[in-house]
Amino acid sequence: MIVNEQVAVDHGLKKDEYAKICELLKRTPNITELGIFSAMWNEHCSYKSSRLHLKKLPTKGKKVIQGPGENAGVIDIEDNDAIVFKIESHNHPSFIEPYQGAATGVGGIMRDVFTMGARPIANLNSIHFGSPQHKKTKNLLRGVVHGIGGYGNCMGVPTIAGQTSFDSSYNGNILVNAMTLGLVKKDKIFYSKAAGLNKPVIYVGSKTGRDGIHGASMASASFDEKIEEKKPTVQVGDPFTEKLLLEACLELMAGDSIIAIQDMGAAGLTSSSIEMSSKGNLGIEINLNKVPCREAKMTPYEIMLSESQERMLIVLENGKEDHAKKIFDKWNLDFAVIGKTTKSKKIELYFDEEKVADIPVDTLVENSPMYDRKWKKAKLPKKNKIKKEDIKHLKIIDVLKKILANPNVCSKEWIWQQYDHTVMGDTIQKPGGDAGVVRVHGTDKAVAASVDSSAVYCWAHPLTGGKQVVCESFRNLISVGAKPIAITNCLNFGSPENEENMGEFVECVQGIGEASEYLKFPIVSGNVSFYNQTKDKGIKPTPAIGGVGLIKNYKNMITMDFKEVDNLVLVIGKTEGHIDQSLFARNILDEKNGPPPEVNLFNEKNNGETMLKLIDNNLIKSAHDVSLGGIITAVAKMCIKGKKGININKPKYLINEIEYFFAEDQGRYIIEINKKDFKKVADILNRNAVHFDELGAITENELYISDKTKVTIDELSTSNKNWLNNYMNK
Amino acid sequence: MKSSVITFPGSNCDRDMDVALKKFGFKNKMVWHADAELPKSDLVVLPGGFSYGDYLRCGSMASKSKIMQSVINFANSGGMVMGICNGFQILVETGLVPGVLLRNKYLEFICKNVFVKINDKKNKYFKNVDNEVFEFHIAHNEGNYFCTNDQLKEIEDNNQIAINYCDENGKIEDQFNPNGSLKNIAGIFNKEKNVLGMMPHPERMIDTSLSGEDGSLFFKNLINNLK
Repeated sequence: MIVNEQVAVDHGLKKDEYAKICELLKRTPNITELGIFSAMWNEHCSYKSSRLHLKKLPTKGKKVIQGPGENAGVIDIEDNDAIVFKIESHNHPSFIEPYQGAATGVGGIMRDVFTMGARPIANLNSIHFGSPQHKKTKNLLRGVVHGIGGYGNCMGVPTIAGQTSFDSSYNGNILVNAMTLGLVKKDKIFYSKAAGLNKPVIYVGSKTGRDGIHGASMASASFDEKIEEKKPTVQVGDPFTEKLLLEACLELMAGDSIIAIQDMGAAGLTSSSIEMSSKGNLGIEINLNKVPCREAKMTPYEIMLSESQERMLIVLENGKEDHAKKIFDKWNLDFAVIGKTTKSKKIELYFDEEKVADIPVDTLVENSPMYDRKWKKAKLPKKNKIKKEDIKHLKIIDVLKKILANPNVCSKEWIWQQYDHTVMGDTIQKPGGDAGVVRVHGTDKAVAASVDSSAVYCWAHPLTGGKQVVCESFRNLISVGAKPIAITNCLNFGSPENEENMGEFVECVQGIGEASEYLKFPIVSGNVSFYNQTKDKGIKPTPAIGGVGLIKNYKNMITMDFKEVDNLVLVIGKTEGHIDQSLFARNILDEKNGPPPEVNLFNEKNNGETMLKLIDNNLIKSAHDVSLGGIITAVAKMCIKGKKGININKPKYLINEIEYFFAEDQGRYIIEINKKDFKKVADILNRNAVHFDELGAITENELYISDKTKVTIDELSTSNKNWLNNYMNK
Repeated sequence: MKSSVITFPGSNCDRDMDVALKKFGFKNKMVWHADAELPKSDLVVLPGGFSYGDYLRCGSMASKSKIMQSVINFANSGGMVMGICNGFQILVETGLVPGVLLRNKYLEFICKNVFVKINDKKNKYFKNVDNEVFEFHIAHNEGNYFCTNDQLKEIEDNNQIAINYCDENGKIEDQFNPNGSLKNIAGIFNKEKNVLGMMPHPERMIDTSLSGEDGSLFFKNLINNLK
């Protein structure tokens, strides 16, 4: 096939990018080379629109062993233990083929983690769908949940937490973000940097097929009406093979045979081989006839661009080939020596004794395009004034029931019951709490993880929204008694070529950066997904933040269920009555304008750290962060979980009941304490200048407000549990 | 007491079972599916997971693996063999216990705590257990027990039903059946009651910090019965 500008454009490259390729090579690339450039230079692999801004994020900290740039981030959790973790998107494929798209998303992120030598110990996910009324939503939700479960359950890794939301902006572009945590010994971490000359390059895992060719390019483009035609670009997952690959890799990693290892994810053999040689400042030579293929007559182009799953590339120490092969034979996996490292600093490919590609590695990596895209700064919207007559007729209990049954608040049990969340025998906090918690096997330590996003806030004001998501992650970890350590981010946005979408990205990233810097909650890994866009309409900006924290003794973990009648319930943090962009404003008043709640980083940090002091002193019996739906929603959920009631008296504030109960001011928690501890708790809070309200006391089984209105917890529980079940089973 | 846990390609509850058995005093060995010989054992466990990916019928490939001939011989000579979840699926494929396990009634994977009532205590698994009801944990996609009417009659005549899904008070009703199993069957024995297959995972209930502690009662009792 003759390569020209049009062929390059068909590969998703821009005309000037093609010109740059010809200039760098000083000739016209052949079709295999063009395929390699298109795979490496697309948005998904090159981060060409985002790199400039991501550089500004805080990525360092005392506990950070490895920041962004590797397969996943690594943090220190003491005693020579480390946690490897990352979140990644699989949005485009999941919309086209929900089961396989979601399944391979989970498979891919687990591979990123065990590539580094860590055994995966927990999975999480953040999934976002269109309006429940949209004709595709139900099937997409079902397919995605089955896919996530199908892969994770088979791997035997518990899915411990997640987040699901519905918003019409995802009607044509759902989001599927998968996160994995792995456990590794600090001195047994593996990296992707190749080293040494003439070292054997090994291919292991599944055979290479024609599936997923151009997957990464597809993920770097907007959708249009021809989207269904892109089904063949979606990879097909085989969790059984991945389970074998996991065990085989960990077995090989127990020894000292591996110099570098890299999974074949997006852009398959292309990106893995280039990444390893680029990091090692080496060249790599591959004989493509040696690559195990699933189908006959695959061309070099297809072999290099296939995104078949469950494959790894390894640079071995010389002489270790037989030892390694034995292990992969035992696990019935393909093993092939396909090439070697060279000093050429080029990627050189041979097929049928002919050289089919010859590209300097730096042209693909360092010289890849980087854009300073135009972006538009968002204005802070004006506050709305709630009119008295709009809320006069509202009854708190009725509104509460509606909010508990709102698709974005309701119980997601239908979803997480389909995920094995108890395998590995260390899950001590199951899905449905503020964060999932797993013990570090055989120790007293536990690791908490949560994944959060607040697209509505980010849409209303990206800078504030970006800060808020990081704070919410911080709060969720603290609510289970964990000290927050670090985060991973999955940045889901519309087209970077649209100034408004690019502005959302830039300002969300700025907000994330500011909050993570202030809270000492650095970003150690992540992924950007642009072009979540159908025709010219982008999704609401949806940065998802995966937070990880440590509980030194798992017996001190906190859960959100109310524990004991007569215990006192306090609200930590000040309630100002911010209603704009709250669930109440958007869904009850149908008011979609206004600014999101303000984020005060000082309060956020101070309140959080004071909470940890209370927990260290064993003063907290249950805790929950206040988020969507405000104080009353948070309290109702604690009642439902604990099968207890509460007698609430609104503190004497200037704001009215509606504002007090439904406002979504930030930096707040609900806690349960023993009556006799009140003085101690109040002292600690006062000493640290943390505002708190006494909300009431726990009762048997009804929620009372100001002794006037009441509702049984069973009724609230029914409102909360039924929506999703009914929706899916209708 | 010596136990052996078989690891098939795709097993994923083998470690959890190893942890549980050791916690309650078994000297446990992990045995690879491609081995021919079983080590000397008082109990052999086929653990949960997705052996061979369960791409054919669940458990069918594993039932033909090399070690299984030794396990079958061991069972036929009266040895104690317990299959949990995928292990139960493997057992029905070998024919050591009757029936089949179909896909769950609502076609979805289910992971949750359930209650099971012990139907028969005249066997080494449940002899001397104080409880009538256990709270166990299930996590499966194909746990919907089914057999022919003739098989069912034989199973009932021989009292081969080990446990049934029920409520916390032991009431066995349709509404407490999580997966559509015939007669709420959660586990059954072979005729001689040395082979037990069950869907619930007692090994996930051995710690108050986890799902609960009824698994501990089960294992403590089991090792005492084997002594």
